[in-house]
Amino acid sequence: MSSNPATSPAELAGEPNHARRFGLTWLIATVIATPLVIVLLGPILPPGKATEQAAGQVTDNTVLLGMATPVLLLVVIYLVYASIFFRQPKGGVLEGPAVRGDARIQTTWIVVTSLLVLSLAGYGTVRLLADNGAGSGSGPTPLTVPAGPKLPVQVIAQQWAFTYRYPTYGGVETPHLVLPVGKMIELHVTSLDVIHSFWAYQLGVKADANPQIDNIAFVKPTKVQSFEVRCAELCGLWHGEMFDHGRVVTEAEFETWIHEQQTRFAAATKSLPPYSTTYQPEPTRRGG
Amino acid sequence: MSTTAAAVSTPAPASRPLWRRLIGFNLLTAVLLGIGGYYLGWFIGHQIKGSSFHNQVPSSENDVALLLAYFFGVIGFLIGLGFANYPVSRMLGRPASLREKEQEGWGRYFGLCTDHKVVGIQYLIGIGVFFFIGGLNAMLIRAELLHNTPTFVGPGQYISLVGMHGTMMMGMMTSGILGPFANYFVPIMIGARRMAFPRIEALTFWLLMAAGFILTSTIFFGGFPTGWTGYEPLNDQAVMGMDSYICFFALVGISMCLLGLNMMATIITMRAPGLTWSRLPIFVWSVFATSVLMVLAAPMLVATLLMAALDRTINTSFFITGGGGSSYLFENLFWFFGHPEVYILALPGFGIVLELLPVFTRKPLWGYRLAVSGMLGVSLMSFFVWQHHLFVSGINADLRPFYMLSTEIISIPTGFIFMCVMGTLWKARTSFTVPMLFCLGWTFNFLIGGLSGVFLSDTPSDTTTHGSFFVMAHFHYTIMGGLIFTFFAAIYYWIPKMTGLRFNERLAKLHFWLMFVAFNSTFLPLFVLGMKGQPRRVSEYAPNLHGLNVWVSISAFVLGFSMLIFLANAVYSLIFVRLKAEQNPWRSKSIEWQVPTPVPVNNFEQIPVFDSDPYEYGVPLTVGPGQTAPAGA
Repeated sequence: MSSNPATSPAELAGEPNHARRFGLTWLIATVIATPLVIVLLGPILPPGKATEQAAGQVTDNTVLLGMATPVLLLVVIYLVYASIFFRQPKGGVLEGPAVRGDARIQTTWIVVTSLLVLSLAGYGTVRLLADNGAGSGSGPTPLTVPAGPKLPVQVIAQQWAFTYRYPTYGGVETPHLVLPVGKMIELHVTSLDVIHSFWAYQLGVKADANPQIDNIAFVKPTKVQSFEVRCAELCGLWHGEMFDHGRVVTEAEFETWIHEQQTRFAAATKSLPPYSTTYQPEPTRRGG
Repeated sequence: MSTTAAAVSTPAPASRPLWRRLIGFNLLTAVLLGIGGYYLGWFIGHQIKGSSFHNQVPSSENDVALLLAYFFGVIGFLIGLGFANYPVSRMLGRPASLREKEQEGWGRYFGLCTDHKVVGIQYLIGIGVFFFIGGLNAMLIRAELLHNTPTFVGPGQYISLVGMHGTMMMGMMTSGILGPFANYFVPIMIGARRMAFPRIEALTFWLLMAAGFILTSTIFFGGFPTGWTGYEPLNDQAVMGMDSYICFFALVGISMCLLGLNMMATIITMRAPGLTWSRLPIFVWSVFATSVLMVLAAPMLVATLLMAALDRTINTSFFITGGGGSSYLFENLFWFFGHPEVYILALPGFGIVLELLPVFTRKPLWGYRLAVSGMLGVSLMSFFVWQHHLFVSGINADLRPFYMLSTEIISIPTGFIFMCVMGTLWKARTSFTVPMLFCLGWTFNFLIGGLSGVFLSDTPSDTTTHGSFFVMAHFHYTIMGGLIFTFFAAIYYWIPKMTGLRFNERLAKLHFWLMFVAFNSTFLPLFVLGMKGQPRRVSEYAPNLHGLNVWVSISAFVLGFSMLIFLANAVYSLIFVRLKAEQNPWRSKSIEWQVPTPVPVNNFEQIPVFDSDPYEYGVPLTVGPGQTAPAGA
């Protein structure tokens, strides 16, 4: 690899300074496009700001988009620039400059991409830990556990429905998920048969439901609203039908609702197995 | 050059009458023995599970029977093709049959042939057929998604279609470039007369064809509900169609592993004098990097599927929680293969792009060493990232920062490839031929694929996009936009060498532009759909996503139509009109263009001696071709 600058005959004949022209084009495009992308696309990025974790993800997505934009522009503008200016004339048999590399440019590229990549990984780690798993399923012993009181809710997946158990309310099990606003929720996701995935889009929560595994995700709703729940891991015939709606309500409404459920399902609750983090799955062979 | 062929050829087999030629080891015998083996296995399976076990199993649920049927069917098929002839006759001390070394005639293309150029063509046609079957599945999927509730396929058929499409593409296309182009050109490019193990080379092809047939046969056994990942315990619960999946992927794994071993052995041991590692064409380097992955990753897949098959048949419980197994184990094992697998698909594409760019830009490859280290870096790193597929599964959650880091790091060597592309384009004299257009298309597509991968590698962001259409769009950008675009680049570039014919350029350009525009119009909106919460593998979606889905479906049909243009062009240009190609239409300095077309059976009369890499383009011009041309070329 020689590090000599290219001196092609064309350049000697007074061709424009391509490096400067391309560099300026890219710089101007980046300076204009990046803030625009952040300002215009940032607010509409998923999954919205209904929970602390979802809002964290929006911030995260905005940062990633802001970092991806200059890279996208660099390569795309380069391709367009090269396609316009570095052409073979029609029917021509001209040769390009015999340059096999440039140590300085290569070193710069390696250093810059490495720094970019390492900072992205660092930023992702900080966000993951700061948001207590950022709504993702973090296994039975999460690395970071939010301080303060938490409301445990168990999500039990089976083919092809979710049920929800509230251990602090006598282990009552309900077919719909209702959560109080402003409280840290500790979701324990498990499955009774195959692998499912609990995905509450507006809450920014996704946690796989594995048989005999207690997969914990933390989420703190900040807005009163309804949200979608659906299965995000292919789980068999009616996987597509495995969706439902949940609600985030005020604390008072939640108390009323949960006591209603307790009386309504009192008989059923008695016949349920005692609350535990996981349950022995039914034999799954050729079940469905 | 052609004198070598005549001198060594066996006493003209073509003169025998047709009926006599049909008896012997050929495709017909293979099919018959395959069917025979299938029913033998089916019978044995019923003897085992039907009577000796206390429970009588209906034949629609007898996994033992189906797996044995496939096993014996494949064995019969291979024996029928003549794969047992050589070892058996050697064991008996008899001279080996030379039928597989037949050097003339169309018959070679329909049976066991050890000529690497014949195997290359066989691969191209065989893989092409299954690529179109997989593509048809995609069309059906998009047709179903025209409406947000099930219309013409039920939920079970829909997930089977999705599984068939994914498995067909991920399985058959692993050899999409290595099969046809590496088999054909690597020996020529390194100045060898053949591959290191010609019989194994033929075996990889016929194993793959048997595999493709087995996967297609899943429709007779109820399909499979798991998608291409085959997750347990759903896998264990599924009907008999699942056995087709298991058998298919195991055969693909064996074929891949053998193909990789063969390539590595060939590239390491059979390079011509002077062809040092630093002069090796970059395509050969990419084949080498891919082969390392194939050899190391594929056995993991075969072992995993064997465990799954045992779980299904003799009630072991590797993956069944109730029996002490773990569904996590399957996810771990599968993705330990599965992530290298996606680089097995992507890496040969890097090689094609970097190999073709110097030819069409009339410049040497910019940053050769960097490109090589990029490919080897990707290939090494791809073994350290697999748990990023499991960020929300709860598995080893404490290690997620590590997997985030390793996944981000893999974009550094990938970036090297981009730098080499950009460096080569700088101040180039680019001719926008069809192969070049496909290479530029790759650059754009893989950029989008790579940048969307940054979102997925970041756990907080992945929480929403995981398992959604976002992931689906991402890997279609890297695999379809990466592999398939370069697959076509390679076809347009090398067909004049392989056949002496060329494509109609106008139709070819129409194919590219339609494919490029329709591809982006199909998959860019899928990022939006994924971010809005549309999950993968589901035929029902929220009504507010309907409009965009219709747009995507129509674009997908246009994309499918562009493939028909390619087919029509192939039939028109290569079969009917037979447009004659020039000896070296691209003015390439690579050695495969210096040997005569069609390439003689033994490639070279005299093994060439190399004194440079094949990228001696540009001013100051070197005198004469870059490497010593073979005598007589």
